[in-house]
Amino acid sequence: MSKIEIRNIYKIFGNHPDQILPMVKEGANKEQVMEETGHTVGLDNVSISVKEGEIFVCMGLSGSGKSTLIRHINRLIDPTAGQVTVDGVDVLSLDDKEILDFRKKTMSMVFQRFGLFPHKTIIQNVAYGLEIQKVPEDQRIEIAQGQIDSVGLQGFENQYPAQLSGGMQQRVGLARALATDPQILLMDEAFSALDPLIRSDMQKQLIELQSKLKKTIVFITHDLDESLKLGDHIGILNGGRLVQVGRPEDIIMNPADDYVKAFVKDVNRSKVLRAQTVMTKKDQFDTTNINPSTIYKIDENTVIEEIIPKVLRERCTMNVVDKSGNTKGYITSDELSKALTKH
Amino acid sequence: MIKKLFTYLALPVIFIWLLITSFNASRFRPDSAAELLTDASWLYNWPRWLDIPLMKWINDWFRVFNQEYGMYFEAVNNFLLGAILSLKKFLMMLPWPLVIALVVAIVFFSSGRKLGTTVFVGICTFFIGFLHPRFWDKAIETTSIMIIGILFCILIGIPLGIAMSRSIRVRNATLPVLDLMQTIPSFCYLIPGIMLFGLGAVPAIIATVIYAVPPLVRLTDLGIRLVDTEVIEAAEAFGASKKQKLLGVQLPLALPNIMQGINQCTMMALAMVVIASMIGTRGLGDEVLLGLQQLNVGKATEAGLAIVLLAIVLDRITQAYGQKVQDRNKPPEK
Ligand SMILES: Nc1ncnc2c1ncn2[C@@H]1O[C@H](COP(=O)(O)OP(=O)(O)OP(=O)(O)O)[C@@H](O)[C@H]1O
Ligand SMILES: [Mg+2]
Repeated sequence: MSKIEIRNIYKIFGNHPDQILPMVKEGANKEQVMEETGHTVGLDNVSISVKEGEIFVCMGLSGSGKSTLIRHINRLIDPTAGQVTVDGVDVLSLDDKEILDFRKKTMSMVFQRFGLFPHKTIIQNVAYGLEIQKVPEDQRIEIAQGQIDSVGLQGFENQYPAQLSGGMQQRVGLARALATDPQILLMDEAFSALDPLIRSDMQKQLIELQSKLKKTIVFITHDLDESLKLGDHIGILNGGRLVQVGRPEDIIMNPADDYVKAFVKDVNRSKVLRAQTVMTKKDQFDTTNINPSTIYKIDENTVIEEIIPKVLRERCTMNVVDKSGNTKGYITSDELSKALTKH
Repeated sequence: MIKKLFTYLALPVIFIWLLITSFNASRFRPDSAAELLTDASWLYNWPRWLDIPLMKWINDWFRVFNQEYGMYFEAVNNFLLGAILSLKKFLMMLPWPLVIALVVAIVFFSSGRKLGTTVFVGICTFFIGFLHPRFWDKAIETTSIMIIGILFCILIGIPLGIAMSRSIRVRNATLPVLDLMQTIPSFCYLIPGIMLFGLGAVPAIIATVIYAVPPLVRLTDLGIRLVDTEVIEAAEAFGASKKQKLLGVQLPLALPNIMQGINQCTMMALAMVVIASMIGTRGLGDEVLLGLQQLNVGKATEAGLAIVLLAIVLDRITQAYGQKVQDRNKPPEK
């Protein structure tokens, strides 16, 4: 079952969203609505579902509605129409008090510009979620200290956020989000403000963390490489509309429209595509003419970047196998060249 | 919809009703309204019957109000007077070197142990008495009135500022009132103050609050609304209730602005206490007034200087604290 389910969400910003809704439902796009009524369409009939334990990446250009979408999950924003379900709970039906409890227990959020409390020390920042939950002081300091250690910020506990670099501040944001041990992490362009080196470092940390903790993560970015690196599934937003959802390979191999094509144009495909995506299935592949000594076994999840040199150099054939060693298909230089050709 | 109906229908009706009642109440009105049609001379000079009897209404209302509720004001008066007197007595009871030492200590700690400011303020305090021995007690009197006035400003201003920052409606309703409070000449409310509370310190306090509270309200409201939205969202995302958000995040982050407001409030209160000397409030202001009445330039200058010194002392104390808070929120960096 999916952990987070968003169904047919509409969000219109302005004075009379309800009056504009029918127009948007009939298919008027963001520019038309803006011109005719002065209202901004934030989201236009968006539905996504996020499975337990996966990283769902939401991507799109600036103003496409990413932040608006993620804020519906913890209901920092109320939709104009639509449904949000988390863990089977209809989030929109919660009253003022229940929503506070829901936010405390199920999820936490990491912000684009960090959103740290400038008047609190690092350790107080990290312990904030626990403070709100009224965890006793010594206990929350202990937990916060553990989180600070795990993001490598020991020694900075009593500094103020402004005394830390951007990368360090974002790690504080991450530690703060993890301190309450939520099942769901919402990350709104969490790494966008960081320089490339720190950024890839943080991405690595997140992947590591995810393999240990198995949270459900909704991650927002406007960077395709980042989304391909992190995402189990990717949703692409344009002007408030969801134009495509799929696994990274689906998006690269079959971009839904020109907008997505423009996104994937410059991506390094060999880093993303996996053996199982590019292989020819075993029943369609004729092995009779191949010398068995030039066949090598590889795992179906191998990224093709790793096999390209060997295949090209030795003109060999790769036998793609699953975890238990069963043959699933084959890859030769033909398959590789087809996969790497741009549309 | 209802609002529109009100503006288009009710307002003209009220206006016409005002015209007719004013006309009927006027001593100067012509015997019959028909005369107005035949004799057009009233179009050249503003006719004496076209005069809304606001003065009479207010006086009548005020008289009744005073009769009915006078005793409550009496009680408020006694309470405030008591508060001022005990504060004054306490401060006057202390030996003056001790008071100077106290001021110096307060500045030292509230400024985050800045030595320069502390010494400067100490010297200023000393010079108030040094200018004229009588000034010392007068300064204490002025300060007591101000402290009570500012306490009221804080009690009223900060909650009002918070309410404004939370609701656009409250803000829209309050802003014109604040404008009014800041533009209306102070004598207009000094007079009813005297009638309700008698001469002396209490109407001065009321006037002080009316005059000095607007900047505090505005700056509290502004300070809270200026807090970074992402920081507020962070608090909300962790499930902070309104109260937790206000006390834990918004107020602390708005504190530099609120302190600025209290500082403004203090300065304006001082200005008002001086003006209030004209309605018999005792303190440094009446020394200026005396100098003025006797055409004694030296005396007026001395008293004026003493007021400036007192202003500097109070300004440094409130300013220094705000500065300290600000420094903590935004350490060196840039
Ligand atoms: N509070 C608001 N009031 C009015 N319009 C808003 C509001 N919040 C967002 N919008 C509008 O909704 C649209 C989507 O905004 P959103 O912040 O979700 O974009 P985004 O994809 O997160 O962009 P970025 O990458 O720049 O953060 C924009 O056109 C924006 O102008
Ligand atoms: Mg955004």
